[in-house]
Amino acid sequence: MTTLLTIIVLVFISVAIWQMVKIFDLAQAKSDNSQVATDKDNTLNGYLMMGFLAFIYIITIVSFAKWGDLPLMSNSASAHGPTIDNLMAISMVLIFFVQTLTQFLLHYFAFKYKGEKGKKALFFADNNKLEFIWTIIPVIVLAGLIIYGLNTWINITSVDETEDPLVIELYAQQFNWKARYSGTDNTLGKANVRLIDIDRANILGLDEADPNAQDDIITTELHLPVGKPVLFKMRSQDVLHSAYMPHFRAQMNCVPGMITQFGFTPTVTTAEMRQNPDMVDKVSNINKIRLNKSKLLVAKGEDALERYEFDYLLLCNKICGKSHYNMQMKIIVETQEEYNAWIASQKEFKNSLIN
Amino acid sequence: MSAHADTHAHDDHGHHPKETFVTKYIFSQDHKMIAKQYLVTGTFMGIIGILMSLMFRMQIAWPEEPNVLFEALLGKWAPDGVMDADIYLALVTIHGTIMVFFVLTAGLSGTFSNLLIPLQIGARDMASGFLNMVSYWLFFVSCVIMIISLFVEAGPAAAGWTIYPPLSALPMAQGGSGMGMTLWLVSMAIFIASSLIGSLNYVVTVLNLRTKGMSMTRLPLTIWAFFVTAIIGVISFPVLLSAALLLVMDRSFGTSFFLSDIFIQGEVLHYQGGSPVLFEHLFWFLGHPEVYIVILPAMGLVSEIMASNSRKPIFGYRAMITSILAIAFLSTIVWGHHMFISGMNPFLGSVFTFTTLLIAIPSAVKAFNWITTLWKGNLQMNPAMLFSIGFVSTFITGGLTGIILGDSALDINVHDTYFVVAHFHLVMGISALYGMFAGIYHWYPKMYGRMLNKNLGYIHFWITAICAYGVFFPMHFIGMAGLPRRYYTNTNFPLFDDLANVNVIITLFALFGGVVQLIYLYNFFISMYYGKKATQNPWKSTTLEWTTPVEHIHGNWPGALPEVHRWAYDYSKPGHDSDYVMQTEPMKEGEVELHH
Repeated sequence: MTTLLTIIVLVFISVAIWQMVKIFDLAQAKSDNSQVATDKDNTLNGYLMMGFLAFIYIITIVSFAKWGDLPLMSNSASAHGPTIDNLMAISMVLIFFVQTLTQFLLHYFAFKYKGEKGKKALFFADNNKLEFIWTIIPVIVLAGLIIYGLNTWINITSVDETEDPLVIELYAQQFNWKARYSGTDNTLGKANVRLIDIDRANILGLDEADPNAQDDIITTELHLPVGKPVLFKMRSQDVLHSAYMPHFRAQMNCVPGMITQFGFTPTVTTAEMRQNPDMVDKVSNINKIRLNKSKLLVAKGEDALERYEFDYLLLCNKICGKSHYNMQMKIIVETQEEYNAWIASQKEFKNSLIN
Repeated sequence: MSAHADTHAHDDHGHHPKETFVTKYIFSQDHKMIAKQYLVTGTFMGIIGILMSLMFRMQIAWPEEPNVLFEALLGKWAPDGVMDADIYLALVTIHGTIMVFFVLTAGLSGTFSNLLIPLQIGARDMASGFLNMVSYWLFFVSCVIMIISLFVEAGPAAAGWTIYPPLSALPMAQGGSGMGMTLWLVSMAIFIASSLIGSLNYVVTVLNLRTKGMSMTRLPLTIWAFFVTAIIGVISFPVLLSAALLLVMDRSFGTSFFLSDIFIQGEVLHYQGGSPVLFEHLFWFLGHPEVYIVILPAMGLVSEIMASNSRKPIFGYRAMITSILAIAFLSTIVWGHHMFISGMNPFLGSVFTFTTLLIAIPSAVKAFNWITTLWKGNLQMNPAMLFSIGFVSTFITGGLTGIILGDSALDINVHDTYFVVAHFHLVMGISALYGMFAGIYHWYPKMYGRMLNKNLGYIHFWITAICAYGVFFPMHFIGMAGLPRRYYTNTNFPLFDDLANVNVIITLFALFGGVVQLIYLYNFFISMYYGKKATQNPWKSTTLEWTTPVEHIHGNWPGALPEVHRWAYDYSKPGHDSDYVMQTEPMKEGEVELHH
């Protein structure tokens, strides 16, 4: 019944709009109209062009003012983060400059040279010098960006094995994450999904005979010691997933059948990040929003929302099926001592098997 | 060659069998009718695609809230009006597929290549009218299959329009990967066949059927754009076809091209040795050129419309052709920028960053040339001109953020967030749509012999322009806050709670912008019958299509084919009284070409 009613209402709304347009259409039929722009149209639309330029500028300013605290451009929590943020800032300034200028020229010309009867346009078909200038300027600017960008990229993606990074496996499955620590030998044991044995609780398919696998530790929370380089080895058991850790400026796909990797050094502990003034503002703002939402929920007889406290997150960022939108894992960055205490309390692989 | 075509077409004309309704409106071999068929079919698919986007935008803005619209339109997929998470992904997937392929490839390129190639080069019809008809009907069949796929039991394809395996290969990974995905693949295979036949026809026609005097450097930029688009299509679409066929093999015949070591729902599958990354390579080898297949025809239309309405030659005609060629060439070697974090070797990432950022150069040249075309013009603000200016505006806004996404180091962090969604919708979605609208407003008189109502056109443009920025400009910012795309709801991440209001604003703009398209639909369909009768050359353009009679006839020109004596852009040329000189007008004694 609701379905029928909704469709009827939709049809009525469409008919109403249609009729309004028709009235508008018929109202102007009398004025002998060739449907080609007149001087009046040119003037009106010329002014509207200037209005639209203002609109573009306003929406830019409003967006930056209201939503311009861009978490992906400041307060990164990894060693390489600031280099990405810096490059991002430079690119944004450049874009902002070019955007402001070219939009101005485009809309201003549309206003300034609006057509008038009897006026003749300037026949201006080409100019080698001008064209050379606006080919060479982008070439130079882009050359700079390419060199800077590639330099940053190579620094991020090349893993320095001499730094003795902590090796951790990120294991993705529909729809959750597991982390596997490599234990005291800092070497991950061999694994393949073919070896998964749910009955024995060998959930990640570790090779039970591999000595390196014995001290591996499987967890559902990711703990990282601050200041220590980490090398993540990514694996997926079913479909593509993507391990996205926005605060650390890190992301890598998890691909079934192969191992991918991404390394970084966390530099700010969770506790420190919670004290960061920007983060304090953001969290209190979010809690204000949640409080208002909770009032509505409670009025409807539902449970109120929990108070939000900041935590680093690992999100899935590659469409992976029905619950893609809720595939997350908490990341906790802590001091080496805290980390040591935590890892000591976890069960090693050889002790977690059910015989 | 052209002389031959001439006599041949004349013979044809002399004893043409009487047209029936079927040969005229359904199985027509006339390029003008086929163009209209493409346009109407594309419009219909566009309505479906846009409705889908409005539905999932409502879900994002008001997550998990009962919505009578969902209940009415989605049926069992929205019990009590709450949208199901699987159907959300299906809507996103089919929206992307329909808009990219069925609207902006077939609807845009199919309509205007068919309409304008013979008319603007001075040909009686396409090289093969029969193949042209086959191309349209294959497209029609693929549309029908895609629509049928919406009604299958387990739901339509829902793995994203990029259909990455294993998600798209395994029905146990996602309901839509069963029958829905099979139909998706069948539909796309037929679509690709249609596109290839069409493209080959365009290339042959442009190369062989140009009338006397129509050298390549006298072609309007529209034809250059369609010609190069068709070539890119011929090069890249077969690769997608092969990817689709290999995926079919993996799905149905147990091969392991894209799959390896999979454990799902408690069992190990037999697949071994394949790689999903291979699929990504094959997909994007078409996928990236595809965005230029979408945008180049729009660029061609806009160049032509801007010159005509500015009453000025397009600035830098040769540079425009060169940049089309440069973009086309580069478009085939940048596909890897979709895969920086796919697990491929980071060194490859460096190469693709380099080639990708190079595309900014020809793109910048084009943008500057359009702006300079306006400079000191005598701008006639027809609706087509407004959409062309709008095109340049969104192309710049959307294109600039490509500098960020094409840079592998920066892509790490904004990859697959709403920043990407904002970028490509502006630079290829909205821009190409504007190009299409511009083309429709400009060539409607040629298609239907009547004029569109200009005031409705103005209202349509201005509201659409505001809504387009209203939707996609704020979207960059939620992307830079780290919000991933394709999330059914963000309520599981309190981290993103402060973005909920932005999503509401975006959805409101989208709803308003969507409803406003009704004005355009009214204008389009009512003007066919009640619009003001068009004159032969309403916009005072120079190109050949405006020398044909308003009433459509087979063979386009009643007498001999026109002869071309000059390029397409002699607007406001010194030494002429009129502010445009038709291409058919012979050079005066002592008149020189004033362009390179």
